[in-house]
Amino acid sequence: MSQFQLNGQPVNVHAEDDTPLLWVIRDELRLTGTKFGCGIGMCGACTVHLNGRAIRSCITPVGAVAGQQVTTIEGLSPDGQHPLQQAWIAAQAPQCGYCQPGQIMQAATLLLDFPNPSDAEIEAVMAGSLCRCMAYVRIRQAIKLAATAMQATPVEAAAPSQGAAHHE
Amino acid sequence: MNELSGPRGLRLSRRSFLIGAAGTGFVMAFARASLVLPEQTAEVVASRGFDPNLWFHIDAEGIVTVHVIRAEMGQHVGTALARILADELEADWSQVRVEHVDSDPKWGLMVTGGSWSVWQSFPLLSQAGAAGRTAMLEEASRLLGVPVTALQARNSVVSGGGRSITYAQIVQRGDLSRSWSEEQLKAMPVKAPADRRLVGVDTHALDIPGKTDGKGIYGIDAHVEGMVHGAPVLPPTRNGSRVSSVDESLARQVAGYQGHVVLEDPSGTVPGWVVAVATSTWAAMQAAARLKVAWQSDDTAQVSEADVIKHASELIADAKAGAWVVDGAVEDAFAKAAKQVAAEYTTASVLHFQLEPLNALALQKDGRWEIHTGNQWQSLILPTLAKALGVGEDKVVLRTYLLGGGFGRRLNGDYAVPAALAAKALGKPVKLTFARPDDVRFDSFRSPSLQKLSMAFDGQGKVIGMQHDACAGWPTQVMAGALLGKAKGNGAPYDPFAISGADHWYTVGAHRVRAISNDLANRAFRPGWLRSVGPGWTNWALESFMDEAAHVRGVDPLQFRLSLLDASGDNAGSAPNAVGGALRQAAVLRRAAELAGWGGTLAADTGLGIATSFGQERDMPTWVACVARVKVERTTGIVRVEALTVVTDCGTVVHPDGARAQTEGAALWGLSMALHEGTTFENGQVRDTNLNSYTPLRMADVPPIQIEFIPSTEAAVGLGEPATTVVAPAIANAIFAAVGVRLRHLPMRPEAVLAALKTGA
Repeated sequence: MSQFQLNGQPVNVHAEDDTPLLWVIRDELRLTGTKFGCGIGMCGACTVHLNGRAIRSCITPVGAVAGQQVTTIEGLSPDGQHPLQQAWIAAQAPQCGYCQPGQIMQAATLLLDFPNPSDAEIEAVMAGSLCRCMAYVRIRQAIKLAATAMQATPVEAAAPSQGAAHHE
Repeated sequence: MNELSGPRGLRLSRRSFLIGAAGTGFVMAFARASLVLPEQTAEVVASRGFDPNLWFHIDAEGIVTVHVIRAEMGQHVGTALARILADELEADWSQVRVEHVDSDPKWGLMVTGGSWSVWQSFPLLSQAGAAGRTAMLEEASRLLGVPVTALQARNSVVSGGGRSITYAQIVQRGDLSRSWSEEQLKAMPVKAPADRRLVGVDTHALDIPGKTDGKGIYGIDAHVEGMVHGAPVLPPTRNGSRVSSVDESLARQVAGYQGHVVLEDPSGTVPGWVVAVATSTWAAMQAAARLKVAWQSDDTAQVSEADVIKHASELIADAKAGAWVVDGAVEDAFAKAAKQVAAEYTTASVLHFQLEPLNALALQKDGRWEIHTGNQWQSLILPTLAKALGVGEDKVVLRTYLLGGGFGRRLNGDYAVPAALAAKALGKPVKLTFARPDDVRFDSFRSPSLQKLSMAFDGQGKVIGMQHDACAGWPTQVMAGALLGKAKGNGAPYDPFAISGADHWYTVGAHRVRAISNDLANRAFRPGWLRSVGPGWTNWALESFMDEAAHVRGVDPLQFRLSLLDASGDNAGSAPNAVGGALRQAAVLRRAAELAGWGGTLAADTGLGIATSFGQERDMPTWVACVARVKVERTTGIVRVEALTVVTDCGTVVHPDGARAQTEGAALWGLSMALHEGTTFENGQVRDTNLNSYTPLRMADVPPIQIEFIPSTEAAVGLGEPATTVVAPAIANAIFAAVGVRLRHLPMRPEAVLAALKTGA
């Protein structure tokens, strides 16, 4: 039984504390944009933000996020128009698309830390995000497009941490 | 491989095209010719008695909805197909929508694979679009009182004689009821390439926005009220295991566990499978891991990859074995040869590892079974599901979802069967989701293979004979036996998807190709079709061998290939799909070499390697060439790919940006399988079951890739796979050029490079 903020809204969940956040989001809260890929934190498809930073929800027990801010792809932007999402469309990055919510959430953290990332920085931060269609050329392109757009028009970081996390 | 034309099922036969009122719009559809006489069009439309592969309708708002029977798995197929149709229809692209349809006999064969979608559909969709445009023009003429010859259609508007009317207005006011016979449709004038407005022009793919905001719904996202969750417990072997007992005492400790089902499967698809059932996906997976199942298994629990290859070696050694797919008098050629070269090549098992783990939701509703899942070959699995459930095929429908990767894994729909059986046993909807290791364990992975190639030269160094023997597990034999071909040489049945690529366009004198089924592989696992299928491994051997032969002959590998691509005899090509034949393959080779700086000076331990392919099948050739530049680290054996150059001639390019994306992905799949992937079959299971040890290429491994398409207005052929097949041999050939060692096993690991450097092989 946990309570946390999901995309800015408080939620109470019934799942036991050791249930991975991924399955709570997908099965109980019925937001399916966050994807199940490997279950061991190595593909990045399940990436969400915890207090504004990318984490792997498939290996994060829901109990560990109690009282904190969780943001999923559905909450990154109210209308799906985050500069990263616009860049992903401009670059026509997705192929099957299954990994892309995770890629985008990871890229958001990348740009938080490296607003104008080098290729090496992109490779290092995105290394944990597998694209099985191998759309990497365009993912890299999209990240650069988004970086340029965000520097021109700074936007607030998604779901910033709101003070100290509190636990029930 | 003309044997495939039947199963593809897309030849127009006794089919007419009709247009009639349906609801508030007009439907444009193919129908069986026997169903429709011109005056019956309205009736046929009303009764929905279509037999189309595709149809579309235009509603009163002018929205054109194109029904697509192909699965969307990353290739943006709906966009490409709709562009072909909308171009001829002269439709306003902003008003075109795509709908991926559920299974229904009216669609005919539903399969997405083989890089076939655009190639198969292009003529049909063009003609259908042109028929639609003709109807719009004629009806506009009537409504406007302007002769049809004075009218033109553009952007969903018909105008002329100082007047105009939109398609929407025609639908609102018009009364269309027309049909065309097959012959009339074939004669339907389609645009000259220069007049195309959508084909060959870039656009944003229609499926992409939903793949950026989490709204796209994949099979794994399917949900119905009242469903329970299941997770499979897999037996030790694929084909010969039986459950002897289940102890669920530990599973009972999982909160939400509801029980388990030992599957009884009349279709024989999932022998020995057990499904754990619970209130959530996670609980089902936890419970599955805690069910203690005892099985009786067959002898394949002791089979490993080395056994499969050893068996292949024995089969190939029998000179009479297999299907003689190409059968020239090689005995004479080799008997009189002044010089010969021979080599053997092997490939390891390769996993699909599509990122969305296998899943299916099954339920019974209104007397019909609904299977909600992403699938590439509905027509193959539907009869199996009907058999498993003990119902008629008309009582099963596959609901369509996005595929989180196909790559051929979802051509085999076996994963839907356990969901259906569990739902039947429990009498309620079951959503089955495979934990990743279980998805992998019974992947229909690419079979390990052994190939033996030999070539004969005469005294002047001319190639006078060639033989290519290939042995592997045969997916088509195991899963779709009706589609086996019949070898031209000896009439033996064979899997065209396990030999295509060996029947190349080089002129080599006497040529023999033997396809040999590895029956041990077929028994020990369920070999699958994996992206680029046969050519993915036959071309690895062929193009490595051509390089070896060139070096034995003492000629430049590019020049050697060009000298054999002379388009003589069987390699001259033919209309409509292979106009130009081998000359087009020579052209892509030349262009790739030119772009990559073939023949230039390179740094130490750096080399260029070249390879080419005709794509997936001789009767649908996509001409591809690749040059890889690699640097080999002598101390570690690590091969660094510094650049890839890929040149493709796929005829008409429908959606240039989509074509480029497919080629990027395909080439990187080739690179991944060349250096990063590969597993081993060990005691009835694959060794690597997750990303901790199975290591597909990541972003940092991506080299600069230069991609070019040869401008062409020839028939549009396939693009999803061909670039996959050229990368591994190009790399192997580049390694040889860089450091003089020849690698004959895929994947090429640093250890193998080191070992070869040591022995100087």
